[in-house]
Amino acid sequence: MKIAVPTSGKTLESQVDNRFGRASGFVVFNTEDGTFVYADNSQNLNAAQGAGTQASQNVAGTGAGVVIAPSYGPNAFRVLNSVGIKTFISAPGTVKENIDNYIAGNLSETDAANVEGHW
Amino acid sequence: MRIAVASGKGGTGKTTVAVAIAMAATEPVMYADCDVEEPNGSIFLKPEVYEIKKVLVDVPVIDEEKCTSCGKCARFCQFNALVSLGTPPLVFPELCHSCGGCAIVCPADAISWKGNSIGEISLGKADGGRVSVVQGKLDVGGVLAPPVIRQVKSHIPHDGLSVIDCPPGTSCPVIESIGEADYVLLVTEPTPFGLHDLKLAVETVRELGMPFAVVINRFDEGDLGVEDYCGEENILIMVKIPHRRAMAETYSRGGTLLDGIPEMREIFKDIPRIIERGIEEK
Repeated sequence: MKIAVPTSGKTLESQVDNRFGRASGFVVFNTEDGTFVYADNSQNLNAAQGAGTQASQNVAGTGAGVVIAPSYGPNAFRVLNSVGIKTFISAPGTVKENIDNYIAGNLSETDAANVEGHW
Repeated sequence: MRIAVASGKGGTGKTTVAVAIAMAATEPVMYADCDVEEPNGSIFLKPEVYEIKKVLVDVPVIDEEKCTSCGKCARFCQFNALVSLGTPPLVFPELCHSCGGCAIVCPADAISWKGNSIGEISLGKADGGRVSVVQGKLDVGGVLAPPVIRQVKSHIPHDGLSVIDCPPGTSCPVIESIGEADYVLLVTEPTPFGLHDLKLAVETVRELGMPFAVVINRFDEGDLGVEDYCGEENILIMVKIPHRRAMAETYSRGGTLLDGIPEMREIFKDIPRIIERGIEEK
C-alpha cells in the first residue's frame, strides 16, 4: 500500500507541511518495499482557487490509498473520499515519524473535513 | 448621468460620499450598491425594501448515464471546478465561473445546466420615495462578485441621476462596477496608504479612458502628498471633506455626511451639475 504525506521537502526526513492543497509536494511511501517517490504539487501553490481538488487528484494519481496530513478542506476531502482514499491526521514531525506512527496504529482517521475551505 | 464612486483603498469614505450625493440631490436618484461583499449604503439610506431576488449562475450538471468518464471536462476547467478520476466528474459549484467550456468539450453531450444561487438583489425606496435603492449582496463564502454586480447594474436606468457605490480596490468587481458609468469619483484620504492606492485607481480609470476627479476625505488630518500628486498629474480635486468629531458621532449612529456637516449639502448638491458641465466641455 502507498501512503502520501504533504511536505515542504522531498525526503522521509522532511517535515510534514501544514497544508494539504497548497503543499509543495507529497512524499509517497510504499509499505511493501520500503521505497518512496516524490510527487510535485507546486502548480497548486499559487492556484487562484481549487488547490484542494487538484492536490487530491495528484494524490489519487500516485496510487496512494492513505493520506496523512494535518488538515483537510471540504473540497479536498470530498475528492479523496470519492475514490476511497483514507485520511489520517498527522502529528508535527517528519514524514517518516508519521508513517511509523500510522503503521503502529497511533494516528486517528477523520471521516470529515476538519478545516474550512481557503484555510 | 451615472456617477461611480470608487477608491483604491478601502475605508476612505466611498459610501459616505455616494450617500451624500444621493441625499443632497433634489431630483429622483438611483443609488446602486455594487460593493456586494459588504454593502452598507442601506445603513444610512434606510430604504423600505419591496423586492428581494436571488442571483443565479449556471453550473454544470452531469448526466451519469451519458458520461463516459473521459475526463476532458475536468482537464479543460481552468477553475478546478470539475474533478474526474476515471469516474463521472465531481462538480464543485462554488468554484465554477459558468464559462460553459466543459459542455463544449464533452464528447458525450452529458453536461447540462442548473441555476446556483450566489447572492441576492434587494430593491427599495428611501427619502420618501425620491431615492431608489438597489443593493447586491454576495452569499457568505461566495467569491463571484461580478455576476451579482451585473444584476445590480441591470436596474440602473439610462436617464436621470444614478450614484454607484463601488467596491474598493482595482480588481474585476471594481471594473464591473464602474464599467458603464459616465464619470468616476475616486475617494481617498491624505495618507501615504491613501496616495499609494489612489495611484493604482487612477491608473485603472485612465486605462479605461474614463473621466474622473478625486475626493479627499478628512483632508485636514494627514499630509499634502495626495494634493501634490493631483497637482502634478493635473487631476481635478472635486471636494475636500474636513475631519469633524460631529461627523464621526453622526456616522456611528447611522447618520449621513449631510447630518454631520450640514454646510456641505450645497456642495454635494452641485457635484452632478459640475460633472455634467465638465463632460459637456470635453
